[in-house]
Amino acid sequence: MPVLETKNLGIAFGGLQALQDVHFSIEKGEIFGLIGPNGAGKTTVFNLLTNVYVPTEGVISLDGVNIVGKKTYQITQNGIARTFQNIRLFKDISVIDNVKIAMNYQMKYSVLSGIFRLPSYWKEEKAVTERAYELLKVFHLEEHADDLAKNLPYGQQRKLEIARALAANPKVLLLDEPAAGMNPTETKELMETIALIRDKFKVAVLLIEHDMNFVMGICEHIVVLDYGRIIAEGSAEEVRSNPKVIAAYLGGE
Amino acid sequence: MEFLSQVINGLGIGSIYALVALGYSMVYGIVQLINFAHGDIIMVGAYTVFVILVMMNLPLWLAVLGSILFCGVAGVLIERIAYRRLLVHEAPRISLLITAIGVSIFLQNLYQLLFGSDPKSMPKMFAFAPLQFGGVQLTSSTIINISVSVVMMAGLQLMVNKMKIGKAMRATSEDAGAAKLMGINTNTTIAFTFGIGSALAAVGAVLYCNTYPQIKPVMGGLLGLKAFVAAVLGGIGSIPGAMLGGYLLGVAESLTNAYISSNLTDAVVFGILIIVLLVKPTGLLGKNTREKV
Repeated sequence: MPVLETKNLGIAFGGLQALQDVHFSIEKGEIFGLIGPNGAGKTTVFNLLTNVYVPTEGVISLDGVNIVGKKTYQITQNGIARTFQNIRLFKDISVIDNVKIAMNYQMKYSVLSGIFRLPSYWKEEKAVTERAYELLKVFHLEEHADDLAKNLPYGQQRKLEIARALAANPKVLLLDEPAAGMNPTETKELMETIALIRDKFKVAVLLIEHDMNFVMGICEHIVVLDYGRIIAEGSAEEVRSNPKVIAAYLGGE
Repeated sequence: MEFLSQVINGLGIGSIYALVALGYSMVYGIVQLINFAHGDIIMVGAYTVFVILVMMNLPLWLAVLGSILFCGVAGVLIERIAYRRLLVHEAPRISLLITAIGVSIFLQNLYQLLFGSDPKSMPKMFAFAPLQFGGVQLTSSTIINISVSVVMMAGLQLMVNKMKIGKAMRATSEDAGAAKLMGINTNTTIAFTFGIGSALAAVGAVLYCNTYPQIKPVMGGLLGLKAFVAAVLGGIGSIPGAMLGGYLLGVAESLTNAYISSNLTDAVVFGILIIVLLVKPTGLLGKNTREKV
């Protein structure tokens, strides 16, 4: 059974049909690419998957359960976490707390046991802190744990966003242009990290990216959007040689 | 010595402003709303004490606890009924502000209707003989006010920095959209903030009743305004700032009363606000929001 599947998904803003009949299915542990020219509706797909926008038609199923109409925070708790095209870290909060915030919902201690510092508080806080450090280590950020997020260099902020999303313990990780603004060395390193994440955390990864070397190099399955519709899908090879895709990117007949 | 006593007296009064200022500051920090109804929560808290202690003749601890709980619940309900829809639909801040003023007027009139507009007198609640420290006399209410406010602020700092609800509050205040996507129920977090702020105002109300023997339905007006000034003075959104602002305001009032004229107290308080904001527009401990380019 696919971990995430959409059928006939669409949204209209007033008279503008931004997305129509978007259907794809992502298997467990798959790295899945979503590409297309600017304005094709890629980020809108992410916003529908997390119910930031409510789809006007279609179904999104996560592990076989329809999640359309669930609240954003519930969807995250059910297993979809994301990063942002323009970084949206909690800037004035420390690196480690950024990660721990995403683990908040997994902590069960009550306000009272927090106030009176009962054993359940200490136990959970300790466990969460340890897990947060482990995550930071994966991204080589552990030395910066106590720095404010805004003081990290750009590339590390991008990594921290991924670490924070993983902290929410997702089944599907959505990455919105993870390689934007990175140099070739950093991009290569990021490809390795994403492969590592998939293996280590057993998550499926759905990513939007403009860097074709990146997408073709890492994605096992690719969907191409143009003007809100899917115009092609398949492996990197299939997509690369598809005339419709070439036309969408380069213009032409 | 006279001067020192006046300063300490001022700190005692300032503690009440500080506790109320915390509520303004927390709510502003999380939803950028100046909750003008917050001052009236003090009044609600004071009347709750009056009802339980005087009218029902129940024990003091019950009155204090009841007042804190009642105000906490009232804060949550006000958020749920009056503000939630506006917040969810991202209404302009000015609509929220007008709603807040509406809630304030509503509460004042409701309590006039329920209890009449003439003042009610409160019995002394906590009292012990004044303490002498080398010529400086500390009254019981001063000691109680200062110690309670310090404990409350320490607790609040601990909650905001060390507990998961505090992390949820900080995350919501920085970027509510991203917080939701990290699995945080921002609506509950905001409601909780209103509840905590109102409960702190109730603590302020108890201290107020213990310091001044009279309560009336419009008492929240000027008191709330001064606490708001304290919050802005200290840097709105900052917890230590709200406390600092409250203490400064109390001391300024007390010194003006003693050495200049009690008619000028309010003029001095608001004059200080104007001067501080001219020099440091973000308040004493406020964040400088200089954008990195």
